[in-house]
Amino acid sequence: MSQPAPRQLFTVTVYSENCVGLLNQVSVIFTRRCLNIEDVSASVSSVPDIHKLTLTTWSDRPTMEKVVKQIEKRIDVLRVFLFTDDDIVYQEISLYKVSTQRLLEEQDLESIIRHHSARILEMTPDYTVIEKTGHPWETEALFDRLRRYDIKQFVRSGRVCVTKSPVEYIDMFLEEQNRRQNGNNDLSD
Amino acid sequence: MKELQEISPENPVSGAEALVRAIIAEDTDTVFGYPGGQILPVYDALYDYTDRLNHILVRHEQGAIHAAQGFARATGRTGVVIVTSGPGAANVVTGLSDAMMDSTPLVVITGQVGAQYLGSDAFQETDVIGITQPITKWSLQVRRAEDINAAVARAFFIARSGRPGPVVLDIARDAQTGIVDTPYRKINFIRSYDPSPVLNKSQIEAAAAIIRQAKRPLILAGQGVAISGAEKALARFAEKASLPVANTLLGLSTIPSDHPLYKGMLGMHGNVGPNHNTNRADVIIGVGMRFDDRVTGLASGYAPDAKIIHIDIDPSEFDKVVASTVAVHADAREALEALTEAVGERSNEEGWLESFDRCARIEDREVFEAELRRKDQAPMTMGEVVATISEATAHDAIAVTDVGQNQMMASRYFRFRSPRSFISSGGLGTMGFGLPASMGAKIGRPDRTVVCFLGDGGFQMTVQELGTIMEYGIGVKIVIMNNNFLGNVRQWQNLFYHRRFSQTPLLNPDFNMIAAAYGIQSLEVRSRAELPAAIEAMLADDKAFLLNIDIDPTDMVFPMTPAGKTVDTIMLSPDIYFTPEMIEKK
Repeated sequence: MSQPAPRQLFTVTVYSENCVGLLNQVSVIFTRRCLNIEDVSASVSSVPDIHKLTLTTWSDRPTMEKVVKQIEKRIDVLRVFLFTDDDIVYQEISLYKVSTQRLLEEQDLESIIRHHSARILEMTPDYTVIEKTGHPWETEALFDRLRRYDIKQFVRSGRVCVTKSPVEYIDMFLEEQNRRQNGNNDLSD
Repeated sequence: MKELQEISPENPVSGAEALVRAIIAEDTDTVFGYPGGQILPVYDALYDYTDRLNHILVRHEQGAIHAAQGFARATGRTGVVIVTSGPGAANVVTGLSDAMMDSTPLVVITGQVGAQYLGSDAFQETDVIGITQPITKWSLQVRRAEDINAAVARAFFIARSGRPGPVVLDIARDAQTGIVDTPYRKINFIRSYDPSPVLNKSQIEAAAAIIRQAKRPLILAGQGVAISGAEKALARFAEKASLPVANTLLGLSTIPSDHPLYKGMLGMHGNVGPNHNTNRADVIIGVGMRFDDRVTGLASGYAPDAKIIHIDIDPSEFDKVVASTVAVHADAREALEALTEAVGERSNEEGWLESFDRCARIEDREVFEAELRRKDQAPMTMGEVVATISEATAHDAIAVTDVGQNQMMASRYFRFRSPRSFISSGGLGTMGFGLPASMGAKIGRPDRTVVCFLGDGGFQMTVQELGTIMEYGIGVKIVIMNNNFLGNVRQWQNLFYHRRFSQTPLLNPDFNMIAAAYGIQSLEVRSRAELPAAIEAMLADDKAFLLNIDIDPTDMVFPMTPAGKTVDTIMLSPDIYFTPEMIEKK
């Protein structure tokens, strides 16, 4: 038997039509193979009417290449891309809600915020909301630093990313589709 | 038939009527369905179009979808199903999954509760889109009448193009009762979907270079050949380049059984020659097939010496199970025609083609002898029933099967002259498929004899469709190979579970009395001597007929590659495994 392929964190970006149930169409393909989606974000893309899903999952490359093709097979999906961390610039955002009173007791508040390149979004007598954008290990580091101030709530967004590639493949794809459409005959009798 | 006035603001119609007219506009003349509360407006509209659209009222929604599958597979056209919401929709789920696995073009219309009730657990509401998304090529809920035309146009285009598959349109009641005032237009373009890949010349050239060098090549022809109408192209390619051809289960009848280059069926119960030679081949050419695990056996031991050329229109099949040396993303017919040109004439290693025939002689001696040539008093086998009926129909009938031993025996011993002559639930293996599928096949091809091979188990899973057969006088020839057992499971229990026949014996009713209750002629066949006359009676006219044939319950399907073993591990009987030495010994 050959060695199993090594597991690593993959980022999958899915460009699709903006339609109801798209996320379900994509997620069931992960479910079938018992792949856990670590995080997910959905947003508009740079192209009007085209949506972009970004998902991350731990798996191996042969499996992910099959998953990508199976997602791309869905009718409402335009293109799917598979990345590892080296291929992309990526970030996530975290919010930390902490006790204002505990925070004010801390002498180093300003330096913590500055050191972690975070910022205060909102401060009331009861709570303070701190925001940090960065890589997972950076948002986690701030979490560890703030833990002693009684973190009341914490949330981390899914990953968002753009590629390092100089070529915009989705634009190329759309141009190709335009050519294909213009090449098709009109069906109206 | 009165001329239809085009839908326009001056001539508006209900969403339901627009739906019916759109289905007709897609060259549909037959639909299979069952009415219910949330699809009533569509059934009301159908009432005015019975001269253009033949609605077959089945007895259970599962029967409707399997019938539509049989219709689609026999004709190459899109099968259309109309059912109601909730239980009606849920009852077609098995068929959707089956059609998805077997690439069958279907458009399935499900009624749905009114838009304002969606999500409220309303009466007969179920999440049709959520349920069907993973098992359909595409599905869409339509909530507004003005969206019906576009939805139907997309549905038909998607269902029948590229690798065909089932599509669901879940139509909320509001959309059925609302107003449509625009005419229907077919489409042939969706920007996120490209079903017609342009043939890549470098892929063809790479494949051709490998085939020209091949010493021991083998073509594996699947259902993609039938879907693209590539039967003649396949035969020409094989003939010009001297390539032996084997079929997958669903590929059967894409090449005539008596073609000199046809070497038999692949898979768990396939023929010895193609299975054994798969692992001796140096080039495998898979055409419109997906290297299903029943074909490959243990994938890691599959075709170890072969370069794999994989031709398919669905790129997600490449490297899914078996890694390909060259993947040709194309329509099967286009690819085969281009390869015929590019490869030209070539020859095989001496003895390669003959090696299939040598294997066939061993199979004849070790398997056919016991299955087909039993002596007078011995109990009957399924193989001899199938072979005798094949002979009696001049090998030119459509064979529809259920699932299990009946299916494997039909695939092994029925012979084919014409395309689209074998209809079976391959990927999903749905018991209960056979009877309704045979109805659909006969409705689609009234000019052909349709023989449905069933076991006593599968027959009873959709036996209610005898009512449909009675009502519409559908002339299917129903052959129950009755061993009072769930025979295939029994076979596994016999071979691998120490003969512990857990829950496989069946106490059956009198099937001839059941047939009589539905006004269907039938005969019981208890001995070999009675068989020819019974078959003759069955085929005497074009009416439905049922044969209830006593079969030896110990009859087993051989050869057999046990699950998890390599494709060249072949049992010829419970005690004898095929060995290459058998060939040398003659």
